[in-house]
Amino acid sequence: MMGYFDSLADFIAMGGHGLYVWLSYALGAGVFLFNLLSPRLIRKRLVTEHKRRLRREQA
Amino acid sequence: MWQTLVRWFHKWTSPKWFYTLSKPLSFWLGWAATLLLVTALVWGLMFAPIERLQGNSYRIIFLHVPAAFLSQAIYAAIAVMGLIGLVWRIKLSFYAAKQCIPVGISMAVLALATGAIWGKPTWGTWWEWDARLTSMLVLLLLYLGLWALHNAMERPESGDRAAAILALVGVVNLPIIKFSVEWWNTLHQPATLKITEPPPMHPMMLTPLLLSILGFFLATAAWVLIRTRLEILERERKANWAREELNQMGKVE
Amino acid sequence: MTMTAILARVLRRELQLAYRRRADLVNPLLFFLIVVTLFPIGVTPDLDKLAEMAAGVLWVAALLANLLSLDLLFRSDFEDGSLEQLLLASTPPTLLVLCKVIAHWLVTGLPLTLLSPVLSVMLALPAGAVPLLMLTLALGTLTLSLIGGVGAALTVGLRKGGLLLTVLIMPMFVPVIIFGTAAVQAAGDGLPWAGQLALLAAMALGALVLTPLATVAALRIAVGD
Repeated sequence: MMGYFDSLADFIAMGGHGLYVWLSYALGAGVFLFNLLSPRLIRKRLVTEHKRRLRREQA
Repeated sequence: MWQTLVRWFHKWTSPKWFYTLSKPLSFWLGWAATLLLVTALVWGLMFAPIERLQGNSYRIIFLHVPAAFLSQAIYAAIAVMGLIGLVWRIKLSFYAAKQCIPVGISMAVLALATGAIWGKPTWGTWWEWDARLTSMLVLLLLYLGLWALHNAMERPESGDRAAAILALVGVVNLPIIKFSVEWWNTLHQPATLKITEPPPMHPMMLTPLLLSILGFFLATAAWVLIRTRLEILERERKANWAREELNQMGKVE
Repeated sequence: MTMTAILARVLRRELQLAYRRRADLVNPLLFFLIVVTLFPIGVTPDLDKLAEMAAGVLWVAALLANLLSLDLLFRSDFEDGSLEQLLLASTPPTLLVLCKVIAHWLVTGLPLTLLSPVLSVMLALPAGAVPLLMLTLALGTLTLSLIGGVGAALTVGLRKGGLLLTVLIMPMFVPVIIFGTAAVQAAGDGLPWAGQLALLAAMALGALVLTPLATVAALRIAVGD
């Protein structure tokens, strides 16, 4: 069962347009990954900066 | 009634309240977006019928159109939040406007890149000076200017206000830019096959497209909420509650 | 003193200041000349091909020359503190800012416009299009100075504001360039150009009304710091 397509190979080939379709979707995945991961990096930076400030206050 | 409304508004515009109240909101928005996007993209890739003129390459539409729509909507939202911040001096509005910028940039980049990729099978080149692509490029430049201005300012408070003014000037300009680019484009090349404009769409194509737009919208809302919370923590770090929260975050790691 | 007298005095002061550093005023013109010289060298000396690009090259070069000089619009006022007085004055600051921008146009946009016929010969622009080139450049550079004024105000407090100003303001010039070059090209091809010119004039008027507000708001940020 591949919906509109007959086989997995058909689905991947996209009637000869596979490169363009899959490249686009890979980029889409990249953009989602960026938006999911970059807040984690900001969070990590905030915590490190906070810890450094705490150490400086205690010193 | 009015009194409760005002009180409710004040609560939401206080960074501390927003910080706590937006947590469950972004969680549920994120999951709703995931559900919608998985449905829309699987539908669009596997079950939507083929397009008569463009073949399977049209399936890029399920990413390209939502990204293009969101990138414009986010820019407008930045201008509105900037105005709110300037007029009513609401810090939270500035924080959210600032954190909209990277999300908007990512959407504009996706719209441009997918547009270019779609152009290859349609026009035979990776880049065509098509009206939509050109105005999307100008929008990306406007976004990058906003981000550069934020980064150039030494005091984040002046960065907030400067960026708000720039976004307002930009949002007034944007319709003029779109109109002029459209006009310029028809002047230089008579109508070719346009991407994103297949003849009246089949419901099996239109439904996943609308679902995808909604999914992108909810995902953007979730990302902006999460980013705004982090911006609050950074900017309000001298407040006791924010210190406490940062302490907690440090312990968990 | 009446309002007009004050504004006339501001304008005169600006022009006097500009005259005192007249060496700086030559730079945009030199820049304009050099860019227009480099184009045939870099692309082709074939006059037919140059004639096709002439309108665009002259416009882009004039725009860049104008942008380069914008950085200085508020800088000296910011450094010697007269900017604060300008914002506190009893005369509406929007009008004072408008005066400054118009003075800037008189010493950069207008000379660029007056130089353009000479350069248009070098690029083989059809002679019939030259009056329109001057008219559109005069209108266009005024719009550029007005919009650029917002950018100059936003970046006045920054040490390396010049490049940032260009990045912020350039995308907003797209409509001006499109209609400016289109009018000149249409005139060169013997096509109607009144519509493009009207749009250019409308943009200049819109900028005349709206940009001083944004410029003053931006200057307040710079002074507040």
